[in-house]
Amino acid sequence: MGNDIFVWVEQFRGQPVSVSYEAIGLARRLADAWGGRVTACLFGEEGIAPLAQEAISYGADRVLLAEDDTLADFRLEPQVALLAQAVREADPAVVLIGATFRGRELGPALAVELDTGCVADCTALDLEGEQLVATRPIYAGKLMCKCLVPERRPQIFTTRVRAFPKPEPDTTRRGEVVRVQPVLGEGDIAVKVTDFLEAIGGVSLADAAVIVAGGRGVGGPEGFAPLRELAQVLGAALGASRAAVDAGWIPYEHQVGQTGKTVSPDLYIACGISGAIQHQAGMRTSKVIVAINKDPEAPIFKLAHYGIVGDLFKVVPALTAALRARLG
Amino acid sequence: MHIVVCTKHTPDSEAKMSVDASGKVSWGGSPLIINPWDEYAVEEALRLREAHGGKVTVISMGPPEAVEALKHAIAMGCDEAIRIWEDACVDSDTLATSYVLAKAIEKMGDVDLVLFGKSAIDSQTWQVGVAVARRLGLPALMYVIKIAALDPVQRTITVERLLEEGRQVVSAPLPAVVGTTKGINEPRYTSFMGIRKAARMEYPVWSLAQIGAEANKVGVAGSGVRWPHIFMPPVREGEAEIIQGETVEATVSLLVDKLLAEKVI
Repeated sequence: MGNDIFVWVEQFRGQPVSVSYEAIGLARRLADAWGGRVTACLFGEEGIAPLAQEAISYGADRVLLAEDDTLADFRLEPQVALLAQAVREADPAVVLIGATFRGRELGPALAVELDTGCVADCTALDLEGEQLVATRPIYAGKLMCKCLVPERRPQIFTTRVRAFPKPEPDTTRRGEVVRVQPVLGEGDIAVKVTDFLEAIGGVSLADAAVIVAGGRGVGGPEGFAPLRELAQVLGAALGASRAAVDAGWIPYEHQVGQTGKTVSPDLYIACGISGAIQHQAGMRTSKVIVAINKDPEAPIFKLAHYGIVGDLFKVVPALTAALRARLG
Repeated sequence: MHIVVCTKHTPDSEAKMSVDASGKVSWGGSPLIINPWDEYAVEEALRLREAHGGKVTVISMGPPEAVEALKHAIAMGCDEAIRIWEDACVDSDTLATSYVLAKAIEKMGDVDLVLFGKSAIDSQTWQVGVAVARRLGLPALMYVIKIAALDPVQRTITVERLLEEGRQVVSAPLPAVVGTTKGINEPRYTSFMGIRKAARMEYPVWSLAQIGAEANKVGVAGSGVRWPHIFMPPVREGEAEIIQGETVEATVSLLVDKLLAEKVI
């Protein structure tokens, strides 16, 4: 077994997914600590080749690049077949995968293929002696857990989005790009992609740096309008509490919390959200939390860093106007 | 159609979790319930049975307490329930758990569709459904928010599944494994008749030998991941700094100052 680290690089229609570069940054730090190489695995449709140099600039030494139409529109079968073959050939110690929808499929599928362990949704990964020890939240973040893969190799870890810093790219870095061919032909793949329905409305919650979220206090579907304006000024994604989603005011894709998405932005602005423990579970790791609520007793004020007690329909438009004036 | 729903029992989502000095996890006085995500899988299975006929079997790998999850699924309307357990299964990770569930599903032989919730609210790995699909060599259709079409004659299924950028529409042949997510349906309440049926029902327990599972592929021996240390997360001390100016405009202006100083905008 070598000391190498593999990172699966995720892209959507040629656009890289940020968590992959966060994982390359983590792989680089580990590889430098124990003297190994970082290999980025970039498998997708024709035209993704430019991302190979990008992966190198973020810290990869080598890129395994496959460009083939069978690898377009993420499908598990061809991706895991090719990744498993690449891992068998190179025998790395570690495989890192971003814990996105796709990555959460690929990690455990690769683990079954290689009969090894996959630790899900890591928020820290540290070298303790010779052993890698991952930290991950369980019970919706009410508890934390240290996990490791003591014997089997490779050790697979999926890394939670925004849990690890994205390195500064160094465009002068040089690396090797190795072309590889898909393992499966179209005839070997059972799943067929027939359509893609784009998400409605702007920035994706998962990797947003700023999130503006609304809850019961928003009062109805039209109550999200001032939040949308604030989000637009900040380049933010729009989130919602379970109460607002269950009331049918906004689609489930926007839900943050135990039964929705877990997010970790730099700034989370909670508008009319009381802050039930289930909601907190999805956003408590945000760097700065602002709560706007007319109830001074709302639990969200225990978690928030800054609070404004007041009517969100007055405060939010005023905040939007102030930001427009100050940020230009 | 024979539909299998895989489920597990978890502490209630409202439970106050704690860990004692020896690392033992406790959920206070909270009851053990069916994993809330699995209710969506059960509901979808029942709707498919109502549309296409057949039966729904709910299974769980778990100790005697796991019967609580099975009971709930029966009370919702599932036809049969099977628990798979031996002490050797203790401390199975997702690699080992998926092996046991796949072996049990193989033993049934006639399964058309296997349904899962999106993840369990306790361990939150999101892994077992996709791992079972891979072990069975079946298509894995995860994060499904809509079963757009299911044709039991042509034996095909078309689903809409959630990805970060939108919904991917995919088709696959049956049998297949489907991971459901919230939004796919509104799970029904248990009925009086259902609760009575669940209370009277026998819950057979399958052993590892009965499903043809090898003992060295379950429990610690069959697992890749260990979790030696569980602990309480550090709590954030204190309360929000309440910002209050003379007017709304003054208040938000003070907030903007703070956010600029924090370098988050």
